[in-house]
Amino acid sequence: MTAPTMLLLLADGRFPAGAHAHSSGLEAAVAAGRVTDLATLGDYLRGRLATAGLVAAAFAAAACRAAEPSHPRPSPSGEADQSRLRPPPNGDGDRARLTPSPGGDAGQVRRAALARLDAELDARTASLAQRSVSRRQGKALLRAGREIWPAASFDELPAAPGGPHQPLVLGLVGAAAGLDPAQVATVAAHATVTGSASAAVRLLGLDPYQVQALLVRLAAACDATAAQAARAAEEPPERLPAANAPLADIHAEAHATWEVRLFAS
Amino acid sequence: MRATARLVARADRHGRTTLTELRGESPLLLRQVPAAGGGRTVYVVGGAAGPLAGDDLRLDIEVGPGAVVRVQTVAASVALPGRPRTVSRMLVRARVAADAVLHWLPEQLVAAAGCAHVTESQVDVAEGGVLHWRDELICGRHGEQPGHAEIHTWVDLAARPLLRQSLTVGPDAPGWSGPAVLGGARATGSLLIVDPARPAEPAAVRGTLTRLPLASGPATLWTGTAPDAHTLRGLLDGANGLSSIAVTAGAEEHRVVRVG
Repeated sequence: MTAPTMLLLLADGRFPAGAHAHSSGLEAAVAAGRVTDLATLGDYLRGRLATAGLVAAAFAAAACRAAEPSHPRPSPSGEADQSRLRPPPNGDGDRARLTPSPGGDAGQVRRAALARLDAELDARTASLAQRSVSRRQGKALLRAGREIWPAASFDELPAAPGGPHQPLVLGLVGAAAGLDPAQVATVAAHATVTGSASAAVRLLGLDPYQVQALLVRLAAACDATAAQAARAAEEPPERLPAANAPLADIHAEAHATWEVRLFAS
Repeated sequence: MRATARLVARADRHGRTTLTELRGESPLLLRQVPAAGGGRTVYVVGGAAGPLAGDDLRLDIEVGPGAVVRVQTVAASVALPGRPRTVSRMLVRARVAADAVLHWLPEQLVAAAGCAHVTESQVDVAEGGVLHWRDELICGRHGEQPGHAEIHTWVDLAARPLLRQSLTVGPDAPGWSGPAVLGGARATGSLLIVDPARPAEPAAVRGTLTRLPLASGPATLWTGTAPDAHTLRGLLDGANGLSSIAVTAGAEEHRVVRVG
C-alpha cells in the first residue's frame, strides 16, 4: 500500500502521457451515429469497461506483478476454475511461472514474463490499428516513466518496433510508483472510462456536469472491473481475460482510414 | 447430457485423407462424406435438441500431417435453458499438424432466451498448417433477447499465441448490445484464416465488416456484425471471396467529424 496521492497522480488525466489525445474508439462510434447522447455514452462506457477496460486492467496488473517480486504467482495447485479456462498448451505452463529459481536471474525472469504478456496482449488485439495505438501510447507513457522514475528499470520491456503495449508500461510505472497490482488495475479501469468521457464532451458537446454524474454512477462498475482484473492477473498470461468487442475492431479500423480526425484513436 | 466425440485424420501414402478414428455419442454424432481432392468432410449431426443447460459436450479433432478435413454441422445449434443454475458447455479442441488443413465451418450458434452457455475452442496449429475457423453467434431466436452466452476462442500458431477472444452476451454482460460491443446487431461472427501460402492481408473495413491482419500470422481475421444470421453469413462468405473489401475500404464509415 502506498500514499494515496501517488495513486491520484497516476490516474490524473494531466499525467503527461498524452491520454487526452485519445477517444478510445468514441470518435468513430459518434461518426457512425452509435453514440449520440448521454444515454448511449453510458452504454458505450459500460461496454468498454467490460471488454477493453478489463483486458487492459488485467494486463497492467499482471505487468506490475511481474515487476514486483513481492507479488509472487500462486502455486499451480492454487489454480481454480480449470473447467472454464484453457489448460497450459503442451505442458509448458511452467515457463510462465515467475518465481525465480534458486540462483536464477530475476531480471531474465521478468524479461521473459513481460515478453509473454506482450505476445498474449497482441493475440487479444486483433485490430492492427488498436495494436499500433496501444504501442504508441505505451511509448509516450514510457517516456514519462523514465523521466519521472530514472532509477526504475524499464529495460526489461520487450523491444517491439512500435513501442511496448501501454498496459505493460502502466504496470511497470505503477510498480515504480509503489502501487500494488490492484491499484494499477484501478488506474487502468478508471482511464478507460474517463478518457472516452472527456472526449465525449468535445465530440458531442455534452454538459460536463452530466458527463461527470455519469462517471460517478459508473464508479462502482469501474471498481468491480479493477477487482476482477486484479484477481485475473494472478493467473498465467494465457489465462488472462480476452474480452473482445467486434465494434471496437470495426471502429478502430474505420477511424484509421480517416484523413481528418480530432483524436488519435 | 454428457458426450464426447473424437475425430482423427491421417494422410495415407497416396496423400488421401483417412479417418483413423471417428466416434461420437448422442448428441454429438459424426458422419463422414468424401470430399474433393482426397480430403474428408465430417458432419456433426445433432442427435438431440440443445445444447441444454447442464449439457457438457466435447469434441476433439486431430488432423495429422498432410490430411485435409472439413467439419460442418447440419443445422444451427440452439442453446436452451435446462437445469437451473447450470450451464451448457461445448469444448472443441483441435490440433492441426504441419501441412494439414482443417476447415471448421459449423452453422450458427443461437443463444435462446434464458440459456446459459459457454463455447470454448482451443486450437493448436503447427507451423505450416492451414486453418479456416468460422464462428457465428445469433443473439436470441426471432424477437427474443438472448440468455447468457460466452464464446472463447484460443488459437496458438507454432506454439505461440495467435488469437485470444472472448465474447459475452446476455443480461450479465454489461453493455453487450450497446455501441461499444455489438451496436444492437443480433448477429456477430468471425472467420479466421491461417495459411502459410497466403500472407496476412492488409487491414480494411467496410460497413460492419473488418479485415484484420493478426500480429503473429500469416493469419487474417474477418470480424463482422449484422442484423441477422443470413446477412452475417453473406458478409463472411464475401470475406472469404476477398477482393471487394480492399478497394472500398472505409467507404461507409469514412466520415469526418467536425467539432466546434
